[in-house]
Amino acid sequence: MAEYKLTTPLTDEDVEKLKAGDIVYLSGVMYTARDAAHKRIVDLILNGEEPPFDLKGAVIYYVGPTPPKPGEPIGSAGPTTSYRMDPYAPILIEHGLKGMIGKGKRNQAVKESCKKHKAVYFGATGGAAALIAKAIKKAEIIAYPELGPEAVRRIEVEDFPVVVINDVYGNDLYEEGRKLWEQK
Amino acid sequence: MRVVKFDDIVKSVRDTIIYSTTHLAPDMLEALKKAYEEEKSEVSRAVLAQILENAVIAEKEWKPLCQDTGLAIYFVKVGEDVKVEGGTLREAIYEGTRRGYEEGYLRASTCDCFTRANLKDKVGYNLPPIIYFDIVPGDKIDIEFAAKGGGSENVSRATVLAPAAGKEGIKEFVKKVVSDAGPNPCPPLVVGVGIGGSFDMSAVMSKHALFRNIGTPNPDPELDAMEKELKEELNKLGIGAMGMGGTETVLAVHIETYENRMCHIASLPVAVNIQCHSSRHAHITI
Repeated sequence: MAEYKLTTPLTDEDVEKLKAGDIVYLSGVMYTARDAAHKRIVDLILNGEEPPFDLKGAVIYYVGPTPPKPGEPIGSAGPTTSYRMDPYAPILIEHGLKGMIGKGKRNQAVKESCKKHKAVYFGATGGAAALIAKAIKKAEIIAYPELGPEAVRRIEVEDFPVVVINDVYGNDLYEEGRKLWEQK
Repeated sequence: MRVVKFDDIVKSVRDTIIYSTTHLAPDMLEALKKAYEEEKSEVSRAVLAQILENAVIAEKEWKPLCQDTGLAIYFVKVGEDVKVEGGTLREAIYEGTRRGYEEGYLRASTCDCFTRANLKDKVGYNLPPIIYFDIVPGDKIDIEFAAKGGGSENVSRATVLAPAAGKEGIKEFVKKVVSDAGPNPCPPLVVGVGIGGSFDMSAVMSKHALFRNIGTPNPDPELDAMEKELKEELNKLGIGAMGMGGTETVLAVHIETYENRMCHIASLPVAVNIQCHSSRHAHITI
């Protein structure tokens, strides 16, 4: 279990050094998107149009934050369950996405895509939404404001804490970690 | 006949929602601290440390513990000798919910089943809530509230076993539900189990079981033993905090049965309602 500090956008070299179980603190710019926004972004790509942000080296955070209190950039902002984004993730990875942050299992297609195109799935701590909000310094809605909590936001983060779940080598922390501690 | 004012109920409900979604209940805090001390996996301990730190920040800043501020769930016991003045009890709970979610800067998470459009603009903020009413003797209104998130609700399951399956069959079903859920419902978990009644009643009881404070023993010694046994077996699954592998997967198992453990002679209904580590629940008596 190593610890790294990385800055976005992520490169092939960045993700190649990460192994399932490593702790990573991410800084730089990330984008938020969940169910409905993913569908719209993928539809744009399939129609040959530009997505609302540059996917090259990008990190997407699966989150639907609470409304910010006056004077704050964002409300509480913990990860949502990722499997709902599984149908869309491989297309985004193919177009340059390097990191996804959420919680819970991914399907085989996403894991294969991470291996093939060098991308990483990070787990953030579900429910630790007040803690994670501290790492988000700025937030602005850049697409689909009508989706409310599901709108696409550009966020600036400092030392955003995550754990590598699926790395570029095909490892899966959920499977390996569980095997290690299972008592039969 | 005791008279309770509509506005007093609205205010109690509003305040309860805002407080309980930003302050982790003492029973949960204690259980999570114990899990942190006992967890053997390094990565799961790191996750538990974050969960505990999150509770401190949320309390200090009155910030929601989790961004999924849930569906508002109520179990309400209404005394036969109490009358609400100025509106109905149901309307008061609706209005308290709307104000709590809006004024507490909580996320509105209710939507249309088919269009998935947020219901905020149709009927109000995070409305409608889910309310179970019960009529009881006395002149009090007793309200239990929980903010129930989607991640843990999505992996909950109900079934009707054959009577021959017995206690072993029930335990196997509970283990399968928790095992299949893995990391998705944000472990460490509280596992609510409802047994008996009917198909629907077992599910309601499995949800109500989540409201019991951790550490309070089941009044039925046989069920108490079953809860402890199940907890031990579920912790052997190795899932750990947020599914990253570890020894502390389950903080507690709570079992509820229908009156006198009743069910139909042909049936054995069992439901498992999963609760994440961010168990936000509160109890008020008016």
